[in-house]
Amino acid sequence: MKTAVRAALWVLFGLFFLFPLYAMADFSTQKLVEGGRTWQAWINLVTDDALYEAIVVSLLLALFTVVATLVILVPTMIWVRLRAPWARGAVEFFCLLPLTIPALVIVVGLRNVYLWVAYFLGESPLTLTFVYVVLVLPFAYRALDAALSSIDLQTLTEAARSLGAGWGTTILRVVVPNIWSGILSAAFISIAVVLGEYTIASLSGFETLQVQIVTIGKTDGPTSVAASLAVLLFGFVLLLVLSLVTRGRRRVQGVTA
Amino acid sequence: MNAKTQGTAVDLADLTRVYGDVRALDGLSLHIEPGELVALLGPSGCGKTTALRILAGLDDATSGTVSVGGRDVSGVPANKRDMGMVFQAYSLFPHLTVLDNVAFGLKMRGKDKCERTSRAVDMLDLVGLGAHKAKYAHELSGGQQQRVALARALAIQPRVLLLDEPLSALDAKVRAQLRDEIRRVQLDVGITTLFVTHDQEEALAVADRVGVMSQGRLEQLAAPADLYASPATPFVAEFVGLNNKVPVRVSGGRAQLLGSAVSTLPGSITSGPGLAMVRPEAVTVTAGPEGTAKVSSVAFLGPISRVYIAMPDGSVLNAQISNSTARALSPGDPVTVGVEPGSVLVVAA
Amino acid sequence: MPGGTPRRNRLTEALPLLPFFAVVVVFLVIPTVTVIANAFWDDTADGSFSFSRIGALFSPAALGALGSSVLLSASTAIIGAVLGAVLAWLIVSSPPTSMVRRSVISLCSVLAQFGGVALAFAFLATIGINGVLTVWVQEAFGWNLSGSGWLYSLAGLVLVYTYFQIPLMVIVFLPALEGLRAQWREAAISLGASGWQYFREVVVPLLTPAFLGSALLLFANAFAAYATAAALVSQGSPIVPLLIRSALTSEVVLGQSGFAYALALEMIVVVAVVMAAYNVLVRRTARWLR
Repeated sequence: MKTAVRAALWVLFGLFFLFPLYAMADFSTQKLVEGGRTWQAWINLVTDDALYEAIVVSLLLALFTVVATLVILVPTMIWVRLRAPWARGAVEFFCLLPLTIPALVIVVGLRNVYLWVAYFLGESPLTLTFVYVVLVLPFAYRALDAALSSIDLQTLTEAARSLGAGWGTTILRVVVPNIWSGILSAAFISIAVVLGEYTIASLSGFETLQVQIVTIGKTDGPTSVAASLAVLLFGFVLLLVLSLVTRGRRRVQGVTA
Repeated sequence: MNAKTQGTAVDLADLTRVYGDVRALDGLSLHIEPGELVALLGPSGCGKTTALRILAGLDDATSGTVSVGGRDVSGVPANKRDMGMVFQAYSLFPHLTVLDNVAFGLKMRGKDKCERTSRAVDMLDLVGLGAHKAKYAHELSGGQQQRVALARALAIQPRVLLLDEPLSALDAKVRAQLRDEIRRVQLDVGITTLFVTHDQEEALAVADRVGVMSQGRLEQLAAPADLYASPATPFVAEFVGLNNKVPVRVSGGRAQLLGSAVSTLPGSITSGPGLAMVRPEAVTVTAGPEGTAKVSSVAFLGPISRVYIAMPDGSVLNAQISNSTARALSPGDPVTVGVEPGSVLVVAA
Repeated sequence: MPGGTPRRNRLTEALPLLPFFAVVVVFLVIPTVTVIANAFWDDTADGSFSFSRIGALFSPAALGALGSSVLLSASTAIIGAVLGAVLAWLIVSSPPTSMVRRSVISLCSVLAQFGGVALAFAFLATIGINGVLTVWVQEAFGWNLSGSGWLYSLAGLVLVYTYFQIPLMVIVFLPALEGLRAQWREAAISLGASGWQYFREVVVPLLTPAFLGSALLLFANAFAAYATAAALVSQGSPIVPLLIRSALTSEVVLGQSGFAYALALEMIVVVAVVMAAYNVLVRRTARWLR
């Protein structure tokens, strides 16, 4: 009896969640006027200049954000654990703060800051990197914190340093390999966040992938749907690979965290 | 208020439990007398916990029956079997106070609040935790939590008490104390008990009879002293207590061992070369220049000492001696070894 | 050692933390403070402390948007919490390392957190004017699903929001379900509890804080969500985030950006209050379901 109920529920949820995805695949391959199938929308992903450029921008942005986040956060978290434990509360607070401050609020208050940023760094969308670092902080922090908690950081670093390694070597060649799952986690989730981000990019006037999708959506439905589906699938594959690579039962961060 | 429970007999008849390819239980039969504490002892995977869970109703046997008080309960669901169970750890309900935890089973039986509270308080006094009744599980130490778990299991006046490695998660010192307390309470209440453990010292200390299990089968079921002195199989001899394995020849039910002729236990090989399982405390050590063996090292263990002796054939013997004897020995001293009178188990070489 | 040595140590310890705090302060703290400060700034040219911008929050348009936002957030929080809890229970009942479980959780992650715009297009492709489902139903039954463009109204937003609220609930509530130890169920059973009694006496008290906390998180999430609504609704400002959009992008009315600050402050307050309540509930859960 119970298995029948469970099976029925799975089917219902499956329908609700998978049907729109199927609809996207169907819609994006339709010839709206004549009927029949076409891959034109999907081909547009690489041939349409504006869209292609937006994809490149977003991928670069994702890359820069991941690198910046790791470069800033990993040494900081290691330092806090080893030398400045008094700062741990503050670091954790600021890392989790972006969960409470909506991106919309940030972008409203960002205008002044961006005048300065534009002055120093120019007008490229890649300047969004720093804001995006802030957006991914909660995810990256949790992933790295879990990984750092699972190793004996103190002993590892002391052993390395007593054998003559400098801080750079210690971090790069001793600590990083041991928190690899946390780093991968932080990286993959950050990529997903950046590729899906719309709020800040659009209201700051930058042409990232999501912004471009919305713009195109006003005139070319199938292409924007194709691009959306592509992003969803990419994110899904990314996270699925991550869960397979980090092995076994990963406790997903949630209410009890 | 601690009226002795009328003890109930328990019968496990030819229990088998198969998971795919694995035979967790392979024809286990066990009879527990009313009021008796039987310990199931064995390494992980031997089936002892499986047997307990089948008795509790938390798992189903592939074949075989479970009877309590002469009645077959194989088809009775777990929540109607009237058994008290103590788990290894973390079994107290975290959202309830100690008192409410202990009273839980009574609440399930529909007892009114007055009766629940008074009985729960009695149980807590029985395990010595009356003062902690308003606390929560996370405020108690591991040992205290297990005592509450025991009180909770007994509060419903079950016919059988089941303990699934109740001490394994505790510190060594707490373990010994709690072990004795569990036994005291069990004797006081007179309840039939099945105690599962992988720690032989625990099993020998608390049980009326100990069942040694291996790979789903019962190797031997006997009183602790008999188990120790007369192991029936090589597995039991190895698992319980320490052993020296001395090469001997068997013929006619006797073996020549360290200068004495000893009789062999049933279960030994009947003739030919074999290994005699000799306990360290059965080895005698006499210092003297005519000795052919040499002292290898001496270790002071507190109440007794352990001396390792290099034999002429190259093997090393482990002997347990008094501290005064040990004081007179140094590494390199020649000694003569012998064996206390008694029977030994000789296994195939 | 007397005097300055401890302080110097603190300073050298704090120095390597500078890059982190610099990024956080410049790109998170300053924008937030800017919003709060500017919300109390006067609209007139010389500027001074004033409640005029806050006052604009009580205009009919603003209050209407607030009401709609609250309605949208509350309804999708409740629907998402209940249905998400059911889905989470389904997932927990399947083996931990199975491919199905991993796939479902990965899909939930993507839909819940990274799919804002894509979800709008998913529903456009399904029940929009030329949506797949719309066309099917039109051909099969003659009904017009996309009707009067209800997808772009509050009701449509509720439907699309549940598409990411349910997965978010799964992500956030699943650890709580996993925290229910098998020993509690078995102990309850051995003490005589039926399945229903176990659920009522053990599961409900233990999971209620986590459930309520998750629901609050869902509320905050919906209230702050922008991308999906922005992609679906190109004109009009039925909810607060879209009202902010029009305030920011409007070139017509002078001082509209000031209005944006006030609205953003309103958003901070609502989300902060909800998240504070969430934190209180989470603390209790964490202890029990570790």
